[in-house]
Amino acid sequence: MMRTRSKMGRWALNIFAGLGLLYLFTPIFFIVAFSFNKPKGNFNIAWQEFTFENWMHPFAEKSLTHALRVSLEIAAVSTLISTVLGSLIAVALSRYKFRGSGGINLFLVLPLTTPEIVLGSSLATLFLGQNFIDFGFTTIVIAHIMFQVSFVALTVRARIRGFDWTLEQAAQDLGASPLRTFMKVTLPLILPGILAASLLAFALSIDDFIITFFNSGNVVTFPLQIYGAARVRIPPQINVLASMILFISVAVLLSGTIAGMRKEAAKTSAAKPKRRSLTKSA
Amino acid sequence: MTTGVSVSKRIGTNADRVGLGAMLVAALCLVALGAKWVSGAASSLVLLLLLLVLIGVLVLALRGGPEARRLLAPYGLLKPGMLWLALFFLAPVWSLLRISLSTKPSRFSVDYNFTWAFQNYSNAFKDFGTQFQHAFVYAAIATVLTVLIGYPLAYVIAFRGGKYKNILLGMVIIPFFTSYLIRTIAWSTILADRGFVVRAFDKVGLVQALEWMHIMDNGKLLNTPAAVIGGLTYNFLPFMLLPIYVSLEKIDTNLVNAAGDLYSSATRAFRKVVLPLSIPGVFAGTLLTFIPAAGDFVNAQFLGNPNTTMIGNSIQDQFLKQNNYPVASAMSAVLMFSIASLVLIYTKIFGTEDLA
Repeated sequence: MMRTRSKMGRWALNIFAGLGLLYLFTPIFFIVAFSFNKPKGNFNIAWQEFTFENWMHPFAEKSLTHALRVSLEIAAVSTLISTVLGSLIAVALSRYKFRGSGGINLFLVLPLTTPEIVLGSSLATLFLGQNFIDFGFTTIVIAHIMFQVSFVALTVRARIRGFDWTLEQAAQDLGASPLRTFMKVTLPLILPGILAASLLAFALSIDDFIITFFNSGNVVTFPLQIYGAARVRIPPQINVLASMILFISVAVLLSGTIAGMRKEAAKTSAAKPKRRSLTKSA
Repeated sequence: MTTGVSVSKRIGTNADRVGLGAMLVAALCLVALGAKWVSGAASSLVLLLLLLVLIGVLVLALRGGPEARRLLAPYGLLKPGMLWLALFFLAPVWSLLRISLSTKPSRFSVDYNFTWAFQNYSNAFKDFGTQFQHAFVYAAIATVLTVLIGYPLAYVIAFRGGKYKNILLGMVIIPFFTSYLIRTIAWSTILADRGFVVRAFDKVGLVQALEWMHIMDNGKLLNTPAAVIGGLTYNFLPFMLLPIYVSLEKIDTNLVNAAGDLYSSATRAFRKVVLPLSIPGVFAGTLLTFIPAAGDFVNAQFLGNPNTTMIGNSIQDQFLKQNNYPVASAMSAVLMFSIASLVLIYTKIFGTEDLA
């Protein structure tokens, strides 16, 4: 009796989880499905008929394509700078014990615990009162770096937490210069963490709307273009480009996972015989 | 000569103090310049001080011994990022506070005079009290809902995922690779008045029940408070789910088995072992969900109606459309401080170890 009840509970929980996943995917099905729709009128919201037309001409909407290109440029520049700044912070925090590290840790979390609308509006008040830069590409890049730095620093720090810094000493004991040590030992080992963090930063930049909205001036990024268009006209190309971004991201994610699994498998198969030979010699 | 050597030696052993001090002074200079504590000739002096401090540390690092260099290294690594945050995170907060206490000298003036204008704050509360209320109530309900949906899902993935764990986790994240705005607009289409969801509810006869629960209103699902809360729940679910998953994943299943061996029922084992160990995840998730949800205006704009606007909508409208910077800044400041104090109280109750 008891067992059947717990079994039922088990199934209920699994079904709930399945429904949860379904809920997460509902709008995604919708977005992908409507990229194959042939809309009537300005709004791509009612199903009319199936067509490949939109996918044949994904870049037909000039303003949308242009906005996407602007977004990619902004993301590239801001990710590059924020990855460098954030990784340096992460290395400092995990490699050294130093005065004031607790305060730095707390300070890094602050931008993440501040609502985006506060970050965006306060940065806009900074730019309002000066004559050096106009609102536009530069201000958006500055804004993005501002929130990316914390993300990169915390992600990289988490990924290199177990890093054995005595390896550097070993390399230098063997006569390597500090620069050579960094290029040959440190960088290859912390690079996966840095790459993961930069991918995250890139995604955050591409998708940011609220902070960008306050600091964009006349420049229109992809989210801003969608926001502006939503009231007037929703072309199916929005769905096509969104689906494309989705599929590319999934491909990146999958290749990362598969590479990780392969590495793991290679590691375990290589590690086993080695361990055996060690015990034998001992 | 000898005194010079001993001084440089003393600086060498205290290089960490010097490095930290230099970083703080440099950050302060940048905040002063950015937030306009100084102007004209004084700002050139501050700029000069900034340069001198940076050059001074550099000279110390080059002239000092390896010990001094080792002590200075972390500050050198931190400095670029920290100074960026000083200029583009701290200084803006200061200038926000300044504008929130300023007034326009005349109607067509572009400049603002700092006059301790606290009436901006009383105006913000008087005119936008409901919006504040909406923001906090909607965000709180959405946070509770994300726990109710996210916890079981994270639990199933962490404990029953087996070798599909990573794939299941990937499936949770994938929907969020599409743009935030597009997702929200997609929901507005799904919930639309003649959309398939409303028609399905109508057919099954759920409309009456849902109207009684205040989820639907006049046969409508879109443009209701429930739709706004639903949108917030959807958009911030991963921020709740992932921290919970991380804390569940860390739990040693032997502990749960041990509880079973000691004749604890499954429910009791969950309550006494798994739940307490996963509380840090729920705690982090709550902050990561509530904070962005309270400041959001996208969901209220696309899924709500004029009576469901949140404080984010008001700030956006006052700032970007009305160009009423003082009142918009006052609202932003209130939002910032109320969230900061909520976070403080919350961390006092639950502890902070697993925050970052």
